[in-house]
Amino acid sequence: MRTLKFLLEKEFLQILRDPAIWRILFVMPIVQLLILPLAADYEIKNINLSVVDHDHSAYSTRLVNKITASGYFRMTDYSAGYSGSLRAIERDRADLVLEIPPQFEKTLIKENGATLFIGVNAINGVKAGLGGAYIQRIVRDYNQDVRAQWIQYPRLDPLPIIDMRYSDWYNPHMNYRYFMVPGILVMLVTMIGTSFASNNIVREIEMGTIEQINVSPIRKVHFILGKLFPFMLLALTVLTTGLVIARVVYGIVPVGHYSTIYVFASVYLLAVLGLGLLLSTYAQTQQQSMLVSSFVTMIFNLLSGLYTPIESMPGWAQVITRFNPVSYFIQVMRMVVLKGSGLSDIQPHILAVLGFAVFFNGWAILNYKKRTG
Amino acid sequence: MVITARDLTKRFGAFVAVDAISFEVRKGEIFGFLGANGAGKTTAMRMLCGLSLPSSGQATVAGYDVYRQTEQIKRSIGYMSQKFSLYEDLTVRENIRFYAGIYQLSDARIREKTAKLLQQLHMEEQEKSLVRSLPLGWKQKLAFAIAIVHDPAIVFLDEPTGGVDPMMRKEFWSTIYEASDRGITIFVTTHYMDEAEYCHRVSIMVDGRIEALDSPGRLMKRYAAGSMDDVFLQLARKASRTGA
Repeated sequence: MRTLKFLLEKEFLQILRDPAIWRILFVMPIVQLLILPLAADYEIKNINLSVVDHDHSAYSTRLVNKITASGYFRMTDYSAGYSGSLRAIERDRADLVLEIPPQFEKTLIKENGATLFIGVNAINGVKAGLGGAYIQRIVRDYNQDVRAQWIQYPRLDPLPIIDMRYSDWYNPHMNYRYFMVPGILVMLVTMIGTSFASNNIVREIEMGTIEQINVSPIRKVHFILGKLFPFMLLALTVLTTGLVIARVVYGIVPVGHYSTIYVFASVYLLAVLGLGLLLSTYAQTQQQSMLVSSFVTMIFNLLSGLYTPIESMPGWAQVITRFNPVSYFIQVMRMVVLKGSGLSDIQPHILAVLGFAVFFNGWAILNYKKRTG
Repeated sequence: MVITARDLTKRFGAFVAVDAISFEVRKGEIFGFLGANGAGKTTAMRMLCGLSLPSSGQATVAGYDVYRQTEQIKRSIGYMSQKFSLYEDLTVRENIRFYAGIYQLSDARIREKTAKLLQQLHMEEQEKSLVRSLPLGWKQKLAFAIAIVHDPAIVFLDEPTGGVDPMMRKEFWSTIYEASDRGITIFVTTHYMDEAEYCHRVSIMVDGRIEALDSPGRLMKRYAAGSMDDVFLQLARKASRTGA
């Protein structure tokens, strides 16, 4: 136990003296949390629209005005024919073509119905899907306006209609930042935790001090604990900085308790730091450990449900996410911050992450050999 | 006998790095472990320190077996590698405190040792300087002092004077003699043959085998050589391995 005291003392002295650590500790979370949530926006705005209006009537103008007034579309091209619009798409000046046929107004009035053509550039599937959906909704709305103008709705509709009303729970304004910021914070804590831990041990290998440790009576467990605790404290500092930014800048006040977040984070960090230690036992240089840890954390982050919902992943990828500690922390963060979940609600998550902690640290201790060759 | 080795062997695949070496080191002795680069000195030393597992043969260090009692061995030895293994971002005092602490010295003993070391090394004024800022010769003396801070039975020095000028080397050897006078056995590898003459006994390794083992004086007589350098050259000429 006394050995551990000296190990911790040494580790903290080194941390306090390293200017790079302070930059990573405060500058990284601030920059990431101020820039990423603003950029990683799920709403798609500024869809470039090309309009081909063969009709030039009052109705067609009203439709185009309604579309541009929605705020989602930006009219960047107004062509005389469809081939002109297609060229705009080819030159990447337009994402979507709306073609209004000749006699649009006339057929609408005379025949009680008209056809519109929408062509979508589907290279970016998300943009295409959302753009198409937005414009359909606007046209449907427009259609309702026209109908309301022309015919008096009967008091009792002869056709039965099921009308749906819905309410959005937990995030009533559908503010995507409430959803993204806690997730990005998890990603940040994970990246910093893993790379700190693995780089630190590898630096001892590079400096040759690890050999001095190996030839001493220090026990493996003490050595690894001596590394785990300081880095846990550092990662919790990053988490705290992040939570303060979330509160001050984005007004995100968790519905649940901060203590729930910290309890889970501590268990989670044991797992993540264990992973970092494990990676370091396989690396000889800091470059190696840096590359491997960023490779692993990138996969973890992409398969964590941060950017894309886990439910929309293919079956095999969903299985992988169950072996990804990051996905558990993101779920927990969102549960605690938005739903107000408590410790009893996240018990399965804690157990799962505890499993990871035992697995990674156990493997790291087995693989860290005081004796080589 | 503080160290005994009997047919100690280390193989890496088909390569025999250390080939059935046998020798004994007496208590309080300065034992020079000589050889060209790649002769197997460091590998042999790492086996004795419990850093590397022997492929075959027996060895005991301070009475403990190198296979089963490595943790006891580690408590009884000091070790100084070519890299001087100090923490560059800790001060002189902090380095002493850390290494003394992990060898289980009591707080009172650490204070006493630190004061004595700083005084012996004439580093009282540098106690709060980072090791990074010290000249190489000072780092080396400090590293040696720290390697024996827990008064081990034996200290292993792996090419301790690499990259240091002759003046500093001479000074360093005087500190080795002081430690030897205190009863600490010194096991030192080097490829500076002038240093070999400072040792009580030397062994010369060629291609993983010990080719000669005796006091420098007797070796020079036996090989009719004017210096240890000549002795070494006569033996090393037989080598088929080149430096690693």
